[in-house]
Amino acid sequence: MQNGSVDQVWDILNQVPDPEIPVISIVELGVVRDVKFINDCCIISITPTYSGCPAIKTFEDDIKKSLIVNKITNFKITKVYAPAWTTDWMSKETKEKLKNYGISPPSNQVVCPQCNSKNTNMISEFGATACKSMHKCLDCLEPFEHFKCI
Amino acid sequence: MDKNLLNYTIRLGDNCLVLGQRMSMWCSNGPTLEEDIALANISLDLFGQATAFYSFAEEIDNKNTADDIAFKRDANKFSNYLIVELENTNFGFTIVRNFFFDCFQFLFYERLKKSDCKNLSDIAYKSIKEVKYHLRHSTNWLIRLGDGTDQSNRKVQNALNEIWKYTDELFELDDLDQLMISNGVGVDSSEFKSEWKNLVDKALVEAKLKIPQNTKMISGGKQGKHTNSFTELISEMQHIPRKYPDAKW
Repeated sequence: MQNGSVDQVWDILNQVPDPEIPVISIVELGVVRDVKFINDCCIISITPTYSGCPAIKTFEDDIKKSLIVNKITNFKITKVYAPAWTTDWMSKETKEKLKNYGISPPSNQVVCPQCNSKNTNMISEFGATACKSMHKCLDCLEPFEHFKCI
Repeated sequence: MDKNLLNYTIRLGDNCLVLGQRMSMWCSNGPTLEEDIALANISLDLFGQATAFYSFAEEIDNKNTADDIAFKRDANKFSNYLIVELENTNFGFTIVRNFFFDCFQFLFYERLKKSDCKNLSDIAYKSIKEVKYHLRHSTNWLIRLGDGTDQSNRKVQNALNEIWKYTDELFELDDLDQLMISNGVGVDSSEFKSEWKNLVDKALVEAKLKIPQNTKMISGGKQGKHTNSFTELISEMQHIPRKYPDAKW
């Protein structure tokens, strides 16, 4: 019996949320690079956002769980480094989701997710996770995180 | 198994692991909360890069795992540059050391991207994005401290005087380097020494800092001849896996 189809696996992965930012899925984040079947084995390629991102282990565990729940048991997850992950892979919709969640989406122009002001200040290039920097809005005075553009 | 490629790959990983370990020591000790987070983030990036190199080494070796390479080698088997293992000393010292190394690593990865070994090239493409952040971080602080108060200038100038003697090692080539360069895999760091120097000089002028004259240069990291504090660093890092070899976490 066929161990699921490529489309079905993409659908399943689309339901796996990012462990840090649960409003977007790991597919929307751009971490899942490829899904294919070799014989009956599903091969899923994932790439880390940053080399040291500790979430990569969680990605793997969450993917495993979701596949097993959906009765796909013959699979292999491989880690790829090229092409290097970039925030360019995020769609407009995904960026909108980030903004609604309170994170300024990746863009050369940092915009306050609360009041949309462009009058902001960077507090630190490094935030609570490797992919974010810390900023402050000079109009509404709210601190916020910005998804770094890489 | 390609022993030379294995050793070369481990060497690249060692620089990342050792500087990553040093940076992790700033965690909870940073001068401000933001800096604490920044240095811990840099540490994490470097651990990630080390993992990438060691995982590739694991593939080549087919015997020792990435964890074995990190946690089961004695200090004299590590082949990192001395500059990355120097004690953090103070924040200014850390910034000067990181600045010199970040400049180097940036130029090195730029060239490693063109390596004939696809695995190493892939890691370089990925890592250089992170190193750009590290370089910007250390450059900004170098200028801020150097061109700051008399005290901050004095502290970073003293640090620079101390660290300068470890910079020549970055551009020395041993037999393994020569071999890897000749087969198109390795990077010839001697070729970008002047580019590195220009990058450094530009920031030092702005930071009002000077390179010391007549410095006697020190090297030996690639041959496993490390500084005194290195054994301590490695034994602390390896303590748990060595004491509980089968521990899982």
